[in-house]
Amino acid sequence: MQRVGVFVCWCGSNIAGTVDVKAVAEALKSEPGVVFSTDYQYMCSQAGQDMIKNAVKEHNLTGIVVCSCSPRMHEATFRKTAAAAGLNPYMVEIANIREQCSWVHKDMLSGTEKAIILGKAAVAKVNLNAPLTPGESPVTKRALVIGGGIAGIQTALDIADAGFPVDIVEKKPTIGGKMAQLDKTFPTLDCAACILTPKMVDVAQNDKIRIFSYSEVTDVQGFVGNFDVTIKKNARYVKEDICTGCGACVDKCPMKRIPNEFNLGMDNRPAIYIPFAQAVPKVATIDPNACNMLKNGKCGLCAKVCTAGAIDYTQKDEYIEEKYGAIVVATGFNPISMDKFDEFAYSQSKDVITSLEFERLTNAAGPSAGKLLRPSDGEHPHTIVFVQCVGSRCESCAEKGKEYCSKICCMYTAKHAMLTRDKYPDTEVYVFYIDVRTPGKNFDEFYRRAVEEYGVKYVKGMVGKITPEGKKLKVQASDLLANKQLHIDADLVVLAAAIEPDKSARPLATMLTASMDTNDFFTEAHPKLRPVESPTAGVFLSGACQGPKDIPETVSQAGAAASKVIGLLAKDKLTGNPCVAGSNELICNGCSSCANVCPYGAISYEDKEFRMPDRTTKVRRIAVVNPAVCQGCGACTVTCPSGAMDLKGFANLQIMAEVDAICK
Amino acid sequence: MKVTYFPGCTLKNKAKDLDLYAYKSAEALGVTLEEIEDWQCCGGVFTTANDEVATKLSSVRALKYAVDKNQPLVTVCSACHNVIKQTNHAVQTNSQFADKVNRYMADGSYNGEAEVYHYLEMLRDLVGFDKLKESVVNSLKGKKIAAYYGCLLLRPNSVMRMDDPENPTIMEDFIKALGADAVVYAKRNECCGGYISAESPETAKKNSQAIINNAKAQGAEMIITACPLCKYNLVNNGADIPVVYFTELLAEALGVKEDTNE
Repeated sequence: MQRVGVFVCWCGSNIAGTVDVKAVAEALKSEPGVVFSTDYQYMCSQAGQDMIKNAVKEHNLTGIVVCSCSPRMHEATFRKTAAAAGLNPYMVEIANIREQCSWVHKDMLSGTEKAIILGKAAVAKVNLNAPLTPGESPVTKRALVIGGGIAGIQTALDIADAGFPVDIVEKKPTIGGKMAQLDKTFPTLDCAACILTPKMVDVAQNDKIRIFSYSEVTDVQGFVGNFDVTIKKNARYVKEDICTGCGACVDKCPMKRIPNEFNLGMDNRPAIYIPFAQAVPKVATIDPNACNMLKNGKCGLCAKVCTAGAIDYTQKDEYIEEKYGAIVVATGFNPISMDKFDEFAYSQSKDVITSLEFERLTNAAGPSAGKLLRPSDGEHPHTIVFVQCVGSRCESCAEKGKEYCSKICCMYTAKHAMLTRDKYPDTEVYVFYIDVRTPGKNFDEFYRRAVEEYGVKYVKGMVGKITPEGKKLKVQASDLLANKQLHIDADLVVLAAAIEPDKSARPLATMLTASMDTNDFFTEAHPKLRPVESPTAGVFLSGACQGPKDIPETVSQAGAAASKVIGLLAKDKLTGNPCVAGSNELICNGCSSCANVCPYGAISYEDKEFRMPDRTTKVRRIAVVNPAVCQGCGACTVTCPSGAMDLKGFANLQIMAEVDAICK
Repeated sequence: MKVTYFPGCTLKNKAKDLDLYAYKSAEALGVTLEEIEDWQCCGGVFTTANDEVATKLSSVRALKYAVDKNQPLVTVCSACHNVIKQTNHAVQTNSQFADKVNRYMADGSYNGEAEVYHYLEMLRDLVGFDKLKESVVNSLKGKKIAAYYGCLLLRPNSVMRMDDPENPTIMEDFIKALGADAVVYAKRNECCGGYISAESPETAKKNSQAIINNAKAQGAEMIITACPLCKYNLVNNGADIPVVYFTELLAEALGVKEDTNE
């Protein structure tokens, strides 16, 4: 039998206001095992903790029940107190009589009654508690960053700066991501390339960082501190270590009419290409779907002109296996397809473009060398209509758009509108919006400058229809503030397409057993207090893979993710959570039900020899839980049809004892 | 397959082609249209006045008829389809309205059990565009055909549940199934002017011409529609390319058009 001490906290008036704490302490005195019961104003204070420590010594307590706030708040505090008094920290139980009791009840009578019941349940449980000891596992001191955009770059640089080796896996031939495609960045209007490309060079020159470009992660096994990852390095048919990036092959390649994805198909590239001038690594890549030599063995011009001898048509995909202690997801975003938004005539006219296409059109390295020209006829547009929220905040059209706000569009549209008016003052610029959302440092000032100094015409209302007619785009829209219909003859229409997570995120989440929301954004461990960690231990989140984000926010999050990784890699050993599942091998029949529901991939199976009562041996398949991976969620314990699976610290017996105490 | 069929008044007068080719084509596709014996005019417009019951009773009777036959109810005219679906929806969602209309029912009550299909929906969901494609005898390959939806066929979306009213594809998929090229143009779901052609012919003319010109600018050689009023407005406001009912095009592709041309 345990010797249990009960400590009822007032939490000032938070609990004592609706719960008669003295009555609770008194009522719990007569519960089985309770040898001491008291109340105090602030149990979490130093004096309160000392009171617990003294009681442990004085009354020789073996178990502690604290009736206080949620265990999320102070369970750790009271476990430390118990440990300081020489008890096993897992001999402490918290009865939450604040959030789930005093805060939700109005009258003292029912509040007190419920607090007593919750206290009784905790006492019943602690009577069955057993001391638990957390296990330890080693840490591989190397990090993996998946995605080489600004998020991945910043995370990798910060981790490397702390002295840990980092690998970046990027599926495109170069790192740089979306930011490399941008022209200027809000709210300061510095050129994206000018601030990004030095960072790309830093990555390339940092001897702690390896870049696997044109590569993808194909398999992840293991657990926090000990991930085994397989990286597929796609054949680029160019020897990376030999290619000097001189570009002679690019000039000579006869297949010159392949849509250039870096410019969003607005111009063409050859079959062998370097995505852009500042690409990292600056090596050529052959597009196997376009290259004549690879398709039918006819050509070979690039190999002839390459003085370095870097072309290798026989190159094969390569699989690399590497161990990591931590993984950072930085897979980023894409604008959604405009296929289902043809009321804006995207498929009908070349002069209806997306905002990212507009970035390329105004970029000096873009298809029009930075001159804002209509894609259809190369003429200068005089009336430009920007449409915001195309597919964002789209409650009525969830099947084609997104219900969420894409967050970055208000600011980049203000930027586009302002830059257009600045460079081409003869251009009329309209922006149609549902709401203008510009919180952030110097953001609202930026938007107001677009309206007040640059004369951009902001119209509250949506565009209903765009009809191409001759050289014009007939824009039909509503002005909600003036309550009238507008008809504008535009030369160019720019659609602020909603953004969505990259398509590679979903299969990656499955590999990592990391959770996602319904929009395929990675879920953070806590929306406020653990925003850069995935609920899966050892997996961290950086950038827009977690939700729409602009560059300043992405860089902050990238740094935060890096600091969490550094904190993990700095440890030599990891202390686990001892409240993990365990299978009773005598009852387990190896049915796989538990492994199927385990969100963390913590359960595997092994064949074990059992000695039977008749002295024969029998080999049976049984479940084995990896305690370093198990997060103690309990999904397996309720799924197990034979009741073999149990959770330490939350055993079925303990839960049932609590239920019995409540129902008594 | 047998379905209950509600033709509507216009289909027995001005829009005989829409009706006739609907019958012939369905037959060729193995669907028998069983016309409701004593159908009455749908009323032409679904009034939004909540207390208006009389004009909706014809739809309720048609719906009940289909339920009694245990068949889906199929209509082909945009207006009838709109009125019947809206009435069905009102019965399903407005208990006061359901109670009122049921007081006029001779035998048994109606509680919104019927499934209503536009003829195009029948082709897509019951027959299947794949099967339609296989049944084509005279492929319309190379023809550039523009679908004109008008304003009524797909709206309100929450009730019609037929296709995205802003970016519909059902008629384009229908055109492609017949082997022709579907021309997408912006004004395909704009209003032709509708009944305003009686009050202000100029307005109807302006609207209709904008639609025709937009379709032609995108390369259309023919316009198809499901609505008699749309056809009337387009044809009478200077359409210089053929404007035909979609059922006529269907009959042509299925090879059943000639023998109906008596």
